[in-house]
Amino acid sequence: MIGIFLTVASTISAGLFFNRNKFVNYALLAIFSALLVVFSIAEYNHLNSTELEFFKPDAIGILLLFASCIVSIIVIIHGYRYIEKHNVDETPKSRGLFFGAMVLLITACNVVYLSGHIAVTWIFIEITTLSASALIYHHRNLRALEGVWKYVFICAISITFVYIGILFLSLSLKEAGIEDMSFDSLYANAGKLNPFWLKLAFLFIFTGFTAKLGLVPMYTAGIDAKDKAPAPAGALLSSILMNAGFISIYRLYAVMARTPLQHWADTVMIIAALLSIFVATVYMTRIKNIKRMFAYSSIEHMGLVILGLAAGGIGVYAAILHIVLHTLIKPTLFLQFNQIYWVYQSKSIYDVGNYFKYNKVGAILLLLAFISATAMPPSGLFISEFMIFQALFEAHNTIILLVVLVLLTMIIWGFGTNIFKLLFTPPLEIDESRIPVISSWESVAQYGLLGLAVYLAYNPPVQFVTLLQDAVKLLS
Amino acid sequence: MTDILLIALAMSLLYISIANRLYTYLNILVFQGFILFGVTYLTLTKFSTINLMLIMLETIVFKALAVPWFINYVIKRNGITREAEPYLPNFVSLIIVTFITVSTIILSSSIKDPNLDKTFFVVALSTIFTGLYLIVTRKKIITHVIGYIIIENGVFVLSLAVGNEMPMLVNLGIMLDIFASVLILGVFFNRIGDLLKDPDIDQLRNLKD
Repeated sequence: MIGIFLTVASTISAGLFFNRNKFVNYALLAIFSALLVVFSIAEYNHLNSTELEFFKPDAIGILLLFASCIVSIIVIIHGYRYIEKHNVDETPKSRGLFFGAMVLLITACNVVYLSGHIAVTWIFIEITTLSASALIYHHRNLRALEGVWKYVFICAISITFVYIGILFLSLSLKEAGIEDMSFDSLYANAGKLNPFWLKLAFLFIFTGFTAKLGLVPMYTAGIDAKDKAPAPAGALLSSILMNAGFISIYRLYAVMARTPLQHWADTVMIIAALLSIFVATVYMTRIKNIKRMFAYSSIEHMGLVILGLAAGGIGVYAAILHIVLHTLIKPTLFLQFNQIYWVYQSKSIYDVGNYFKYNKVGAILLLLAFISATAMPPSGLFISEFMIFQALFEAHNTIILLVVLVLLTMIIWGFGTNIFKLLFTPPLEIDESRIPVISSWESVAQYGLLGLAVYLAYNPPVQFVTLLQDAVKLLS
Repeated sequence: MTDILLIALAMSLLYISIANRLYTYLNILVFQGFILFGVTYLTLTKFSTINLMLIMLETIVFKALAVPWFINYVIKRNGITREAEPYLPNFVSLIIVTFITVSTIILSSSIKDPNLDKTFFVVALSTIFTGLYLIVTRKKIITHVIGYIIIENGVFVLSLAVGNEMPMLVNLGIMLDIFASVLILGVFFNRIGDLLKDPDIDQLRNLKD
């Protein structure tokens, strides 16, 4: 099925790129959405069976695949609204490039989830860079150029780091006399690997993938990218692309978890996670650009996820739940941003306000999304975050827990200040006559995403819990 | 013979650290491309002929000719000043690059692994770190690109060290080379000239918080 998916998806992507006819373009997108659904279900039925030698849909891959399928379809619908209604300067060419790159990005991320070989992961992560850069450069102005340049350059360096890491990994395999670099073989032979080279490999690969995951040290590229990319693309970059980074790190961590080096790897990850949450706090409390604020919020959540992973125990379960729920919640903020922009024509917090007056349905959604993203009780993230704290406590990392709690409080304060300004305080200057009327239908899908996140956290279906538990078993 | 070539590669790093003109940088890139061509031929003895030919073709055509030529074209088309404009004096650069090389030698001598070819390891690491150093200390975007290509050359040397056991990895390295260079140079540099008259890093400093 992966072979068929790859072929059809790349054909659709190429078709979107070369075709200038509007009807054919949207028909292709509809076919792609249907393909995503069929593909996810088919892969679920082939759980844990190796395909085409290099792919193996395991539990965590399937979880992220389903999350990506839901988010992608909603983002494609919003992408359609974005291109159609509110952008007069769109040409058939720019539209084709936008959707073609989007389809390619979604495809590459999905293949990364199912990859069973570190080299395949690496190749498709490269392809995400290529397609993401086309999305970031959509507006073709100087700022977008700056964003794409930084993104391409940092991702190129990060992908080189991952490659160096893979080379070191091969050196550590050499001593054990193993040539197969698939994850299964790495898990099976983890005990025989040379620890020195394995350490170096982990450091380089982890550092490289932080560019996609959004952690210190390489998070910077992602922030500029999400700021400059059109909001639907930003929604993809901050959900499914981050998941691609996460799953790559998770699979490598599963190798480390089978060796005596696990404790060392935990330390490395805790340092990166703490620094990320700290950086997110610093920026969230003083930021004035709404979109960048959302992007920093993702950095915070990724820090929490990695912290949960490093804490071990129930933290691993919580981390995977957290990343799935984050995938559903974060796109709502980015997709809602589109409507905010249509109202105020600005990203700056100084120009916005009183959103309740101009778009009631959107404003309620924004309030709910804020509650969800800051993990306050009805939010699904509350459950997972609580479990992560519990895991930290059980692992006797009380000081880290305290630091994280203080930082998270500051983040809620910074995030809340800006969101409440946007929702309730009247703006200084606004020309009410040119504010468009925004249909309530624009926000419906976003409500669906938030509702799904609550449902999955408080009343999870049996299949979902089984998949989560299987995903955790990868570490043992 | 391989050792001589690799040491020549390491020496070219010292030279690039004190180079003043962009064309000197390009000449060094060409020089490194030819060295890698030779090293590939001498090292990858266990490869099938076709695969070996493809890799050697890549080093000579891509690394030694196409990329330097394209950078040259970009420099001419955009009228970039030919000065490298380092932030630090050349003498300091020379000391730092020497320090990088010496510390990688010390590092590698502390590793006791019979499978490791030390010369490859030392040269590869010092090339990678020198490339990073060039990116950090040079002002122009084009010198950042050159720094990145030097990093890639270093990575290529590293991949040759494990090449005979894992041919797949060398081929991946070739992919990285082509993909990243095409992405950085092709997709991007075509546009930068249209929007920016003088591609200088200072003009790309607006995105911040």
